[in-house]
Amino acid sequence: MRRYVVGRLLLMIPTLVGVAILTFVIMRAVPGDIVALQYAGSTVPQSVIDEQRHILGLDKPMWNQFTDWMGQIAHGDLGQSLWTGHPVVEEIQIRLPLSIELAILATLFAVAIAVPLGVLAAVRQDSWVDYVIRVFSIGGLSMPSFWIGLLMVLFTITVFNWAPPLIFTPITEDPAANLAGLILPAIAVGYRYSAVSMRMTRSTVLEVLREDYVRTARAKGVRESVVVMRHALRNALLPVVTVISLEFAFLIGGLVVTEQVFNLNGIGKLLVDAVAHRDYTMIQSLVLLLAAVFVLVNFAVDMVYMFLDPRIRYA
Amino acid sequence: MVTYRRVAALSLTFALALAACSPKATGGGSQTPAPAGEQPRPGGTLTFIVNAEPPSYDGHRETTFALLHPIAPHYSTLYKFDPSDLTKVIPDVAAAMPDVSSDKLTYTIKLRTDVKFHDGQKMTSDDVVATYQKIIFPPTGVLSPRAGAYAAVDTITNPAPDQLVFKLKYPSASFATNLASPWNFIYSAAKLKTDIHWYEKNIDGTGPFIYVSNTKGADWVGKKNPDYFGKDKSGTQLPYLDGYKALVITDANAEVNAIRSKQAMIEFRGFTPQQRDDLSRALPNDLAIQEAPWICVNYIVPNTKVKPFDDVRVRQALTLAIDRYAGSASLQKITIVKDVGGLMRPGGPFAQADADLQKIAGYSTDAAAAKTKAKQLLADAGVPNLSFKFLNRNITTPYEPVALFVIDQWKQVGITATHDVKETSAYQADLRAGNFQVALDFNCDFLDEPDLQLAKFWSASGLGKGLNFAYYDDADLDKMIDAQSRETDPAKRKTLVAGIEKYAMDTKAYQYPVLWWYRIIPYLNVVRGWRIGSNHYTNQDLETVWLAQK
Repeated sequence: MRRYVVGRLLLMIPTLVGVAILTFVIMRAVPGDIVALQYAGSTVPQSVIDEQRHILGLDKPMWNQFTDWMGQIAHGDLGQSLWTGHPVVEEIQIRLPLSIELAILATLFAVAIAVPLGVLAAVRQDSWVDYVIRVFSIGGLSMPSFWIGLLMVLFTITVFNWAPPLIFTPITEDPAANLAGLILPAIAVGYRYSAVSMRMTRSTVLEVLREDYVRTARAKGVRESVVVMRHALRNALLPVVTVISLEFAFLIGGLVVTEQVFNLNGIGKLLVDAVAHRDYTMIQSLVLLLAAVFVLVNFAVDMVYMFLDPRIRYA
Repeated sequence: MVTYRRVAALSLTFALALAACSPKATGGGSQTPAPAGEQPRPGGTLTFIVNAEPPSYDGHRETTFALLHPIAPHYSTLYKFDPSDLTKVIPDVAAAMPDVSSDKLTYTIKLRTDVKFHDGQKMTSDDVVATYQKIIFPPTGVLSPRAGAYAAVDTITNPAPDQLVFKLKYPSASFATNLASPWNFIYSAAKLKTDIHWYEKNIDGTGPFIYVSNTKGADWVGKKNPDYFGKDKSGTQLPYLDGYKALVITDANAEVNAIRSKQAMIEFRGFTPQQRDDLSRALPNDLAIQEAPWICVNYIVPNTKVKPFDDVRVRQALTLAIDRYAGSASLQKITIVKDVGGLMRPGGPFAQADADLQKIAGYSTDAAAAKTKAKQLLADAGVPNLSFKFLNRNITTPYEPVALFVIDQWKQVGITATHDVKETSAYQADLRAGNFQVALDFNCDFLDEPDLQLAKFWSASGLGKGLNFAYYDDADLDKMIDAQSRETDPAKRKTLVAGIEKYAMDTKAYQYPVLWWYRIIPYLNVVRGWRIGSNHYTNQDLETVWLAQK
């Protein structure tokens, strides 16, 4: 087991190096220049542009830029944002708590809806309850979360003369203000997220309910609620957990438009701004971070499998 | 050497140069910044929106309004524009308007003696000299994008702690007004000496507000400077506000929602007509609106290095095909453009009269005749069915509607232009590499000043390097631009500028404006003491802004 864990952790290194090389090359292949953008629309002479490119090291050969960056990474330094000059770590630290909290809230909301409704739809298959739940989930899949968010904000402003606070308050400072700022985006994001998980829960529970051991349990006279919750749901959860965890990892950096609609200062917005600015060090660091999150979440899911299904053992 | 008459003459030059910068408030809502007779009320925190963030905190090296809006309140400049009359330059840390020698080569400036930096240090002429040395003669590794605006400066000296002297190599029409540039924050000589880059990441000014905090991507906070030197006309200590908070909001819908939910009071750059109307409907009793012509413009830029745009007839056809008056009538309803003008802002001190402008290709009110002539020119040039890619940036307001309008106009004379929309970075890369056929360029300035508005018209391999994306070299045009720059008589200068407009937009048809922008600021009417100007750079120190009780 220990060997397996160490092996998986070591495998992360080539994965992340591969991501780093890919990101580095792709960003250099995309046309655009941070310095030209910095002075877009202003009457700045070419000499200033050239000087700034030199200061930022953008006039060095590509391989040189890459080795410089990898050298920094090896020393645990993500470098400085080319756009602001501030350390990348500092910029990420400002945004990460919000993104993690939003991802957790949205996940909680999604799971709280998806699992019970998914099970209910499976148990009441082809009844009106099933149809209503399926329509509800298809609605979540069809409507982009940012659009739902936009409607929610317009609704609350128009009806209640209230909009979510524009400034994020950490939960440690004021839990009520924190919740007021995140509740609408969490619902907007969580709804779409729940739709995916709900459909997955429904189909896997349906599949498990047809298994022999479920029939056996029923034949033995076990109560239906116990059959469903203990025997069917637990075994149906493996793919659901996979979907939920991958969605969670996606939420850390993937809520770009929703963050803009609610003016949330999160990782997604930072990444898109960095791409728009061609802020190479910021993009490379963020992509590396998000890749690490995905790899770690995948690893964590594999570990969770063992607890959900005692038959699974890693060696 | 220096006479009172010359000081008065200089002031008059300022006034003439800035005449007609004055905004004309139109639109709905209450249109005056404060009802007559209302006394400013001290206290309160102004919350405003800024929809971008600056790369650094250093005004000398950046060019974006996103720096000025949150950061200008921390700083003073040598001169500034009068917040109550934005056509007028007034002293800021200077004690009076400059004394100018008879040969117009020496500017002697007396400084205030009661100015302190926020760290408690007294400001002296050493600080002002160090500031302008950094701007005009930046050492290696220090960026100063506006150094060229002070090319006439030979030396800066300070004979006394409260006096400095600029000596020029040749008379410059724009030099004095450029001393009121909102970017020229006064920095501490001691701090610059310790680290010339100190101000890129730190704040220490002499302005009305002290820096409190900046959360990247979220907000910028300032509080009242109790030792600020400024006082209003009745002798009351400025600023009136206790502080301000700038909220970073980058999404247009979120900006409107912020005002609508009263979480923000104002955004100083500008909203679209639709956003103004939405807010007017939502806040009929709480909204004020100020509007003004804007010193921002979109240019059509044919790449003269690419065939057939090396042919003047083709370039002339492109401008002749555009009915700017029809464009103004329709586009002003949906986006932030309005006035038809040449290279100088329409209504501004250097703009030609409409009758003269209409003699220039593309500005005739007889659109049908102009289009016929455009077709003829294209036929003569051998490209009656001209087709090309029209490079544009992926920003909706106003680039997209302006480009679509122009493409439609061209279609009417047989030109097929494909809208080649790219995100800003790729668009800039193409412009700078000359990798395009025809592009929609843009320019914004803080002042109606030919030296600024003509900066993109110098020869591409000379002073226009990196600015002139039409990529022509024209020694005659260079001479014309240089001559107007040295002409200190405003009337004569205006004539020279008119000649440049005729030459650059018609005779050679190098590049030409579509429509000039129009600035619309809807805001909560508790905000008082702020007046819109014809740019979004000046009048941002918030010194005279106050909040009415609601």
